[in-house]
Amino acid sequence: MPLRIGIVGVGYSGFDSMTPGLSTRELMFEAATRAYEDAGVDPRKDVQSFVCCTEDFWEGISITDEYMPDQLGAVLKPLCTISSDGIVGLATACMHIMSGIADVVVVESHSKISDVVNPDEISSFALDPIYDHHVSADPRFVAGLEMARYLKETATKREYCAQVAVKNKKNALLNPRGVHGANLDKKAVLNSKVASSPLTELESSKTIDGGIVFVLASAQKAKKLGNHTVWINGIGWSSDTPWLEDRDMARAVYAEQSAARAYKMAGVRNPATYFDLAEVDDTYSYKELQSLEALKLATKGKAGKMVESGTFDRDGRLPVNASGGSLGVGHLLEATGLHRVLEAVLQLRGQAGRLQIQRAKKAVVQSWRGIPTATGAVAVLGN
Amino acid sequence: MILSQKITSYPGHEITPEDVKAGKYLDLVYKFEPKYSWAAGVAISRFLAELKEGRIIARKCMNCERILVPPRMYCEQCFRPTDEWVEIKDTGTINTYSISHVGTDARRLKTPILVAVVDLDGATPGMGILHNLGEVEPSKIKVGMKVKAVWKSSSERQGAITDIRYFRPIGEE
Amino acid sequence: MKNRVAIVGAGMTLFRRRMLESPKELSFEATRMALDSAGLELKDIQSVVSGSAPDAFDGMHMKGEYLLDGMGGIGKPNQRVYVGGGTGVFTPIGGFWNVASGMYDTCLCVAEEKMSPLHPHPQYAFWSIFDQILERPLGTTLLWIFSLEMRRYMHKYGIKEEEIASVAVKNKGNAVDHPCAQLGAKITVDDVMNSEPICWPVKRLDVSPPSDGAAAVVLATEKVAKKLTDQPVWLDGVGWTLDSTHWTNRDLAYPEYVEKAAWMAYKMAGIKKPRKEIDIAEVYDPFDYKELHHMEGLQLAGKGEAAKMAVDGVTQRDGDLPVCPSGGLLGVGNPIAAAGMMKICEVFWQLRGEAGKRQVKKDARTGLAQAWGDLMQVGTVAVMRS
Repeated sequence: MPLRIGIVGVGYSGFDSMTPGLSTRELMFEAATRAYEDAGVDPRKDVQSFVCCTEDFWEGISITDEYMPDQLGAVLKPLCTISSDGIVGLATACMHIMSGIADVVVVESHSKISDVVNPDEISSFALDPIYDHHVSADPRFVAGLEMARYLKETATKREYCAQVAVKNKKNALLNPRGVHGANLDKKAVLNSKVASSPLTELESSKTIDGGIVFVLASAQKAKKLGNHTVWINGIGWSSDTPWLEDRDMARAVYAEQSAARAYKMAGVRNPATYFDLAEVDDTYSYKELQSLEALKLATKGKAGKMVESGTFDRDGRLPVNASGGSLGVGHLLEATGLHRVLEAVLQLRGQAGRLQIQRAKKAVVQSWRGIPTATGAVAVLGN
Repeated sequence: MILSQKITSYPGHEITPEDVKAGKYLDLVYKFEPKYSWAAGVAISRFLAELKEGRIIARKCMNCERILVPPRMYCEQCFRPTDEWVEIKDTGTINTYSISHVGTDARRLKTPILVAVVDLDGATPGMGILHNLGEVEPSKIKVGMKVKAVWKSSSERQGAITDIRYFRPIGEE
Repeated sequence: MKNRVAIVGAGMTLFRRRMLESPKELSFEATRMALDSAGLELKDIQSVVSGSAPDAFDGMHMKGEYLLDGMGGIGKPNQRVYVGGGTGVFTPIGGFWNVASGMYDTCLCVAEEKMSPLHPHPQYAFWSIFDQILERPLGTTLLWIFSLEMRRYMHKYGIKEEEIASVAVKNKGNAVDHPCAQLGAKITVDDVMNSEPICWPVKRLDVSPPSDGAAAVVLATEKVAKKLTDQPVWLDGVGWTLDSTHWTNRDLAYPEYVEKAAWMAYKMAGIKKPRKEIDIAEVYDPFDYKELHHMEGLQLAGKGEAAKMAVDGVTQRDGDLPVCPSGGLLGVGNPIAAAGMMKICEVFWQLRGEAGKRQVKKDARTGLAQAWGDLMQVGTVAVMRS
């Protein structure tokens, strides 16, 4: 039987390049207040567990969970940090519910990247300290390596990657959260500054600030909360080797493994035809192609061609990143997975406004933790 | 001496400071300096601005009627926005104190730092802030002692917690 | 609960001030030992939960990702759970929900800490746990909050430094029988009292040392566990709680967050009278007063009454309620997350009657491990049964 955990409330704040007027905690309070209102819960009474997805160096605080409880209404309640992407936080909440620890769980993640002065140095600090840290290049050199290998192995045309950026940035123009929406052509994308060859700047998502809060409930409890429950029917997460040198750079192996687990749980047999929409990793243009293949939404080596032919456009057979994704909206650090889930939930509720895809009932969402990790997660959602 | 009856070997190799000095093992030295420019937010920005003026400000929650310091825009007990600004006093009571002989990096200090949690007058009882003590013999400090803030001059104040130099005892009152 | 959860294997490395092994290698050693003791191979493991405290210690961003291969996590679902100093006991709690939920049948839980890479001293990492605007400019050290809390605790209940020192004497003495211990020693209350003040009332011998080390356990469902061993140890109750960020607004004399966490775990395990039903306790003891403070939060002693129990010998290995029979953090060492996991390992070995010279005198059937962390804020509690 598929998993059945309800998403009964969502709330967000920020979605801007900078949020200088609010502290991280105040940003979280805004998002939490909206999510609780949406779900109709009082965090002081109705929620038994809180999960936050953060990394210390993004916050500039050692032991970030110290600064989490108050603004979530979690004082003197079970709260913990999962140092991973928000979708792994959702998985944690699912397990809390499945094991009977809680009926209602809150999952939070945020980005306050505008507080960080030298984010590239922080990313580089995640490289292996002995073997890789000496590479004093923009950390996107890792993306360059992957992209080059992907293009070579799949014989994908260079401009197909550019088309991903064109599509997503254009989609974002319809999204009120779409900070990096733009109407560009492939030429502009290809001619933008080289970030780390072959990857260009317009093919790299840019970080933004934002806070996202979800309220999850058991199937039984969800019946009593809200009237627009979206169900998590399958969830999976995985990590490939931390050694850059050992990875298959052409593939998103972690996404293949995560998808296999999530699909099995949800009973998805033919992913290519099963879903009505997909929000997948597009931290860099080629990542969307890699991810689509890992998720079996495209056959290996064919994703680029399918993007080019419009299969994944808003009005195509399977809209992919109709929200604009990370390239169009912006990248939210560990909250990126929650952002993708947020966009999918709004679609499945029919609340996506100008972004709305008609008759959207089933969605797949996938995220990646970014350089230099090989960790990602997949969720299968249904309404 | 055993860990468990089923375990007989204990993995790991210790390195002594002498080994390190002798260069017996390889290591790699680098400095990492993450830099931040934190948005103080609504509550703390105002708090700092008031410190610059030589005042301490708190926030009141009308639901639980607590006066909160350091101020916050939300009440963590009621989970609702707080309602109004309240100026409180720069006097208070020592809730607890310590005499610190080491600095931030664990190096020994020549002169110990005196630290205390000071419950501020005008805020709800038990609302304390962390600060230093001064103008007092370490052996004379007591829990429950009344203290008052010693401020930097207005030209020196810059909107920081260090605009208060320290708290000093004001005798039994 | 969907599945009852068993601990089927445990392992740990030496705890030392500075180890040759890299963080990955330390993790590997503990993991390998835990797998061997469970009679399992990595292929039998379905998920991994990792625990490690601030990234600043080992000296890298996203430490959980870096450690992965040492912890056996490649190609597996991995969660790095993190609640500061409470992480060690929280790591098997993370494993608990992996298995109890029915999501996975086996889960490897590994905790690692290598504090020695940070220079000039690991303490420096703790500076950045404080509020960046209101507290760090004052030149804070972690020792401050401990000494402030200790002073308040002493003040409220009229507890003497000598009484508190008896905990350090007991735990360092217990650690003499622990083969991995860093600071096992037969010392006296006078030794503690005469040790140099670091942050009065905290003195050198009131404090546990910074260390390098790793520890691990393997969890399994009842069905799997019964195939592997006739001596599973059941993880029957887990609890955790975080208090407010505003630690200067709280009653420092009593850890309410530990009480809440304990009742969560007790309720799950069906324990109604903890003082009667708990046979042994590995209570978190980074500082000697903390053991007493936490015993009260855990309902193993009345408020202000734990010191008398320590002085009267109730908490000795041959006492009525042995506390920290391993030697605790004060004696075995304090590689933060690994130290909490060491406590889980110790209760595991004690409940199986395998602890050799450390074995407590009484017939121990129900044990407890607890850790604490953050800004005087987190309690994590695990209740285990043989």
